[in-house]
Amino acid sequence: MRILQGIAVSPGVAIGEAVVIDDKGYRIPRRFIARGAVEAEMKRLESAFAAVGKQIEQSRDEIAGELGQQYGAIFSAHLQMLQDSKLRTEIDHLVKQRHYSAEYAITRALGKYSKFFENLPNAYLRERANDVHDIERRLMGELMGNRREALEEIKSPVVVLANNLTPSETANLNREMVLGFVTEVGGPGGHTAIVAEALEIPAVVGVGDFLNEISGGDLVIIDGDQGRVIFQPDDETIARYEQEVEEHRSLAARLDLLRDLPAELLSGERIHLYANIEFPHEVDSCQQRGAEGIGLYRTEFLYLGQDQEPTEEDHYQVYAKVVQDLGGAPIVIRTLDLGADKIARSVGESRVAESNPFLGLRSIRLSLRNISLFRTQLRAILRASTLGEIQVMFPLVSTLHELRQAKMLLTDIMEDLDEEGIPYDRNLKIGMMVEVPSSVIMLDHFAKEVDFISIGTNDLVQYTLAVDRSNKEVAALYNNCDPAVLRLIEMTVRLAKEADIKTTLCGQMGGNPIYAMLLIGLGLRSLSITPSAIPEIKKVCRSVSLAQCEEVARRVREMENAREIKRYLREEVRRAVPELLM
Amino acid sequence: MTHQQATRRIVIKNQQGLHARPADAFVKLANQFQSNIEIERDTLRVSGKSILDLLTLVAEQGVQLTIIAIGPDAETAVDALAALVDSFVEEDDQPDIQPD
Repeated sequence: MRILQGIAVSPGVAIGEAVVIDDKGYRIPRRFIARGAVEAEMKRLESAFAAVGKQIEQSRDEIAGELGQQYGAIFSAHLQMLQDSKLRTEIDHLVKQRHYSAEYAITRALGKYSKFFENLPNAYLRERANDVHDIERRLMGELMGNRREALEEIKSPVVVLANNLTPSETANLNREMVLGFVTEVGGPGGHTAIVAEALEIPAVVGVGDFLNEISGGDLVIIDGDQGRVIFQPDDETIARYEQEVEEHRSLAARLDLLRDLPAELLSGERIHLYANIEFPHEVDSCQQRGAEGIGLYRTEFLYLGQDQEPTEEDHYQVYAKVVQDLGGAPIVIRTLDLGADKIARSVGESRVAESNPFLGLRSIRLSLRNISLFRTQLRAILRASTLGEIQVMFPLVSTLHELRQAKMLLTDIMEDLDEEGIPYDRNLKIGMMVEVPSSVIMLDHFAKEVDFISIGTNDLVQYTLAVDRSNKEVAALYNNCDPAVLRLIEMTVRLAKEADIKTTLCGQMGGNPIYAMLLIGLGLRSLSITPSAIPEIKKVCRSVSLAQCEEVARRVREMENAREIKRYLREEVRRAVPELLM
Repeated sequence: MTHQQATRRIVIKNQQGLHARPADAFVKLANQFQSNIEIERDTLRVSGKSILDLLTLVAEQGVQLTIIAIGPDAETAVDALAALVDSFVEEDDQPDIQPD
């Protein structure tokens, strides 16, 4: 058993056999084969060995012919290894008796030798590990060549282990078959992480190098709540996690009963729960969870994984579909929120590495620098606004000037549309994200110029505490319940209330039941969260009174450190809603 | 059928030890005999007909090994294998080329 710690990006627990995707794209599929398939598997093994034997002979003859006999001799040794009767007996045994797939049996048997050689002090003998890898690669190439399993075509339930997954690879994962995934690199802000949460697949990223030590088919537990990955867990650990999975399943079934009930406090106040989405198809799961609408529609996906900038029509089609699927429920479309590094290709700029991308050209700054790109998106949003209740929201606004520029552009486009005779909603509501301390401090001014705000806690925490949470060295300093962050949230809620504009909180903090009582106590009445979190948050709302929440906020106000606050909040929610398995 | 047993102690003399090419040659020769052939280093005993096994002995220069053959051609086998190991020392001049 081996436990690695990574960054938890998508909650839940997954237990399954590993599919390893290494840099070369080898996908070592399932560990076991059906009893009746042993004979077929032995045939695959046989023909792979025969084909690789021919390959090696060919290499030997070519090299010997070109460079001389002693150079060819190394391949002669490879051939000897391939034909090693002891190795072959072992592999055959793994397939026949233990029903391992041919791939897994080979990895298992050869891996033992390569590991042994790698650890030798003698340099010449240590090199033998490379010979073993070479044979393994050839055999895998032969086996997989006939049956290479594309990621989206995985046929049995697995957990995916990779150095990295691109957002589009993640988006294409087969949700029925992929129980969870773990990557060596990546951080919580990455789109891969956001997609994982949208797909409701438990995921841990940024674990560091581990793929070399893992074989496809190994049993893996992914703990997406704690950010832990457990390889070859012992029976006790498996039992413990299986029980947890079962408890969550039965809790989910009970929470499902709340779907059509309002998120209403015991004392009668209504809390409004909206959903954050990434893809149009998520509208379904929002409705199943009883979301009142979409509080945050991220539009970055239109820009990623494409060679060309999306056209106005591309935007319009997507927005129109989402709005129509929503059947009258409101949706807040957030304009492009990407960094310069991610979008450089689309806007035709050379990719300049920024030394501080989070402090650099991103979000609204990038849009204001690329007016034509921004204009395209805004025109599409306006055109779609006649189809339902669309609101537009600008991300990462840090100065009044930026907000005014963005609004001016919007007015400009409205005039164009008027001239062209294209209809749009003249009363379209305009909002901004509050996720930079400067926008909180200046909120009395901002509030006069927008119809609503949404507090983006992920970035607000990052910019308040000056912590890049994808940086392992400092990620531990990133904390949602740091008192400084909580003061900014409270200040935002108060200033927005004074100006009589609607405040929503979006971001991962809102979806964690630990914070629900506090946020309500601080005055929030509207949360936009990942769809899967809606039932739990609703359960908390329906289990507590406003007085209880305000008491929690009062107590927290007196506390001076995040650790103390978090412990207290967890205790309170446990006491108020014991069913929640916190 | 008579099953004789023969043993022979040998010392690895070539600089690079029992690396890939010598091991390959050893196993090829060993496989030509009917006898069961095992190699012993201290308390470790492995098959002399498996190159992977042989390499795991980590037989560097100066290491003492015992060849044990059991079978109808046991004597011939240990003689031939011991002579082969002695001949490796001449190979030292040749480069040991790694693939990749």
